[in-house]
Amino acid sequence: MSDTAVATEKPKTSFRGSGGVRGWFGRQPGWVRAVVALAAAALAFLLPYVGDIPLIGPQLITEGIDWPSALFNMSYYVLLALGLNVVVGYAGLLDLGYVGFFAVGAYGTAILTSKDSVLYSHTGWAWLAAVPVALAATMLAGLILGWPTLRLRGDYLAIVTLGFAEIIRIVATNTQTFRGDRGFTGIPHPPGTWNGKVIFGVTDAIPYFWLGLVVIIAVIFGVRNLDRSRVGRSWLAIREDEEAAEIMGVRTTKFKLWAFSIGAFIGGLGGVLFAGEQGFINSSTFVLQFSILVLAGVVMGGSGNMAGAILGGALISYIPDRLRGISVGGTDLYEYRFAMFGVVIIIIMILRPQGLIPSRRRAMELKDRAKEVAPL
Amino acid sequence: MRQVLARAIGGVAIIGLIAGAAACNKDSGGSDNAAGGSNCGYKLAFFGALTGSAANLGVNIEQGFELAVEQYNKQKGSDCITVAKFDSQGAAEVAPGVARSLVADKKIIGIVGPPFSGESEAANPIFDEAGIPTITPSATRTSLSASGWKVFHRAVANDDAQGPAAASYIKDVLKAQKVFVADDQSAYGQGLADVVKSKLGPLVVQSDKTEGDGKQTDFSALVQKVQSSGATALFYGGYYTNAGVIRKQLTAAGWKGTLLGGDGMKDPGLSKASGTQAAIGTVVTCPCSPPEAAGGTFVNDYKAKWNVAAGTYSDVAFDAANIFLQGIDAGNTTTEKLNTYLSTVNYKGIANTYKFTDKGELDPSLIKVWAFKFDASGDAVKDQEIKTS
Amino acid sequence: MNFSGLIDNFGPLTVAGLAQGAIIALFALGYTLVYGVLRLINFAHSEVFLVGTYACLIIWGWFGLDQNSARPDFGAMLGYMALGLVAAIVVSGTVALGVELVAYRPLRRRNAPPLAFLITAIGASLAISEFVGVATHRNQRGVPPIIQARTVITIGNTHITNLQILIIALALVMMFVLDRFINGSRLGRGIRAVAQNPDSAALMGVNKSRVISLVFLLGGLMAGIAAVMYDLKIGVTKYDAGFLLGIDAFTAAVLGGIGNLRGALLGGLLLGVLQSWAAGLFGSNWLHAAAFVLLVLILMFRPSGLLGESLGRARA
Repeated sequence: MSDTAVATEKPKTSFRGSGGVRGWFGRQPGWVRAVVALAAAALAFLLPYVGDIPLIGPQLITEGIDWPSALFNMSYYVLLALGLNVVVGYAGLLDLGYVGFFAVGAYGTAILTSKDSVLYSHTGWAWLAAVPVALAATMLAGLILGWPTLRLRGDYLAIVTLGFAEIIRIVATNTQTFRGDRGFTGIPHPPGTWNGKVIFGVTDAIPYFWLGLVVIIAVIFGVRNLDRSRVGRSWLAIREDEEAAEIMGVRTTKFKLWAFSIGAFIGGLGGVLFAGEQGFINSSTFVLQFSILVLAGVVMGGSGNMAGAILGGALISYIPDRLRGISVGGTDLYEYRFAMFGVVIIIIMILRPQGLIPSRRRAMELKDRAKEVAPL
Repeated sequence: MRQVLARAIGGVAIIGLIAGAAACNKDSGGSDNAAGGSNCGYKLAFFGALTGSAANLGVNIEQGFELAVEQYNKQKGSDCITVAKFDSQGAAEVAPGVARSLVADKKIIGIVGPPFSGESEAANPIFDEAGIPTITPSATRTSLSASGWKVFHRAVANDDAQGPAAASYIKDVLKAQKVFVADDQSAYGQGLADVVKSKLGPLVVQSDKTEGDGKQTDFSALVQKVQSSGATALFYGGYYTNAGVIRKQLTAAGWKGTLLGGDGMKDPGLSKASGTQAAIGTVVTCPCSPPEAAGGTFVNDYKAKWNVAAGTYSDVAFDAANIFLQGIDAGNTTTEKLNTYLSTVNYKGIANTYKFTDKGELDPSLIKVWAFKFDASGDAVKDQEIKTS
Repeated sequence: MNFSGLIDNFGPLTVAGLAQGAIIALFALGYTLVYGVLRLINFAHSEVFLVGTYACLIIWGWFGLDQNSARPDFGAMLGYMALGLVAAIVVSGTVALGVELVAYRPLRRRNAPPLAFLITAIGASLAISEFVGVATHRNQRGVPPIIQARTVITIGNTHITNLQILIIALALVMMFVLDRFINGSRLGRGIRAVAQNPDSAALMGVNKSRVISLVFLLGGLMAGIAAVMYDLKIGVTKYDAGFLLGIDAFTAAVLGGIGNLRGALLGGLLLGVLQSWAAGLFGSNWLHAAAFVLLVLILMFRPSGLLGESLGRARA
């Protein structure tokens, strides 16, 4: 994802006056947009083979971690970023514990399918059968988090969501049912055979990446439609001024819960994919740093904008993976990759405070607001 | 205009960052100048945490492993076997991707690792499919050998061996009448503590659980419970990171009893955290023999090479690497041959003698559990072999 | 559930919780001060604390003290304590100013959205803690026995040590001093003015940039003191110590009402005691979960914390 997205940055300055790439894109007739979107999707499916491109390819792919696996990791980070973007970017609810939903999705799958589960004798389902139940559970978790926190604003919400994710992790660690650090083994992979061979095996991650990509595309369509409907407009109103929105007749409670449960649903999708690929999950994956990283990705990419969230989500997974196996002056940068990543985050945010691909709508709002405040 | 310029610079800078990082790519293909000598030009891999919060144990193992390969190459007089390192960060979610990049390298015919049980569950199916034999020096979860992986070998006894030994040490050697049992809820620590608890039965006066490594530093509630329970011994199922802090806070609160633990606590890091004085007398059990018993020069060689003392499992990793090297030297230069060789091997190393069952477990007759005691040197030295019957 | 575990140890657990809570409260002040003025979560504050825990250890190391040293006599102890406090305060204060300069000021100049600040702070936090991690090989570092914990007061089965008294007293004193400073001094008036209305404050001649720097500096000083107390109480530090306690401190700040100094103190002490009790009742592994459940319950009924937000409001 990163290469296509980065490529769109360059021509911006040349015809900025008319709105750059996105301005051009928006003015095209429907069929041109459809063709461009299809071409982009097709290119994305070819990403696992990017290493075969002479010269540029080998620079882009990761070392020390298998490139298709790195792509799969990027795909579930992108899903998480898309989901968090709904909560933070659209509805303006600061969620610091988003990994909680990812965990619910993964645990929902595990507990229904793994032979280690207490339910195994009753369920012991296939992966696909467990998915809808696991996703329903994450949406419910979204409502459970959303309901008591409806009255909370901004940073109070942030700490409560953080606490929510920590409670999920602690419960998963401390209770026998969720098996803590021992985890669930033998979670089945997604179904399907091709020419008599299992598609979703263990040594090849490309099918998982493609599956992730299909889910991402479906989510993009779904969220895009929501954003352009009454729901999306209500989110915008809540984000900008909750009191005003309420007075104007927006049912803030309802739409906040919508945002939470849709965000949770998308995070849960990431979780079920993750469980299906890994075959094993335990509580030590779902740490707080994970949520914070995803939030950093969304804001870095451009909060409130799907293209931005996708780019940001991909980058937070790609940058640390790409920094593996690079040495400068004889010292391996292995150890420094997260420290460097921190520095990269600061640089990106300072250079582009609205994110790499800022949301148009938000950029305009901020411009308006800039006139109101006194200069520093 | 300024804004436009700044944004353009921003975009370019980011592309530059990534491209720049990519430009100074390390050539991972490395040293293909397949050195002379027969059965050379192959790679042995270390798979485990080299960075991240679990890195200490991983680095201990990697250094022991690399030392063995280096000594072998020196003896051969060439760069016969190459070391390949794969950093899993000890995390189950990272492990599969790294494992897939390992199996893509067809020159790798043997793997030392993965050190932790969680990452083993995630990575071993991939190694099994690729058929590359593994020897883990430290993943002790009992169920690993029941997963049906043909390539799985474990160079230490599993959790079932250590728990009863620790319990019998507490009962017969320490003769403690009141024992407090706590664990860190890791699969390792909890498993160990549960066995100890059930073996000690009524001697256990109270128990508690703490959060895992790096999740808790204030143990005052545990300290208070231990003190008020009147226990004279505390068995902690967990790693040295937490154990060092607990020992220090217990001592600061004036508790005079003995702290005991499993091999996860057998590391000088414990006394570095707690202070040597406080750590003296702390007993750790380990399903391994004292390195000095082997009479080799391992301890000194390790210190000379890495400038630190050998840590937990460094010696087992050293042995694991040597098992592979001996097999390669004998001409087992494919993964299949090497795996078959492992099923018949009988190798006397510095920490133990190794012989694997058909499930990849260490042969039960060879399992020895020793007790080690921290002394004024700040390290755990041999105390006695524990007889479990 | 282990009711006897809580009831039998009620006194000692409460005192231990108060001591831990006092450290959390001092730490929480940094979050609250910055939030009160800028309305931002200073995520990098946890690393300001972290460098403090190492700064005093390094200074003590220069005098040849490590975890194995003998306990110094009373005079030397006072000297070492003063040195350690000064070192931690200076380093933490400097790092806090540095974070403001690198991660916040450029964004303020560019009128960035509030979330951008949060993310640069996260970046700064990640960078600092990881650099410390690499530099220390992610090992723990033991603290020299500067103060020997000794029981000075005994009430029933509750033994209160000199260290616990020192920590709690120091937190209360620093709290009082800070409160007086914010409410009584000229600079403090500037802080309150900016907290209340930045634009009007600027029009009235308050130098906003200086006030913001001052707020970060004050937060850094308090974190430095908390860091020394943490070292003495816990006995060990590590590269992730800041992140870990930072969550507690931030929770405490929100619990009391973020932006409210007295709220931070109340929140810190309450959180410390509650965690201690929860550890007694449910086991140490549940203490953070219990803290968060309490937080959710309190915020459901008082959505802006126990004492409400009020750094700039009528009274601080």
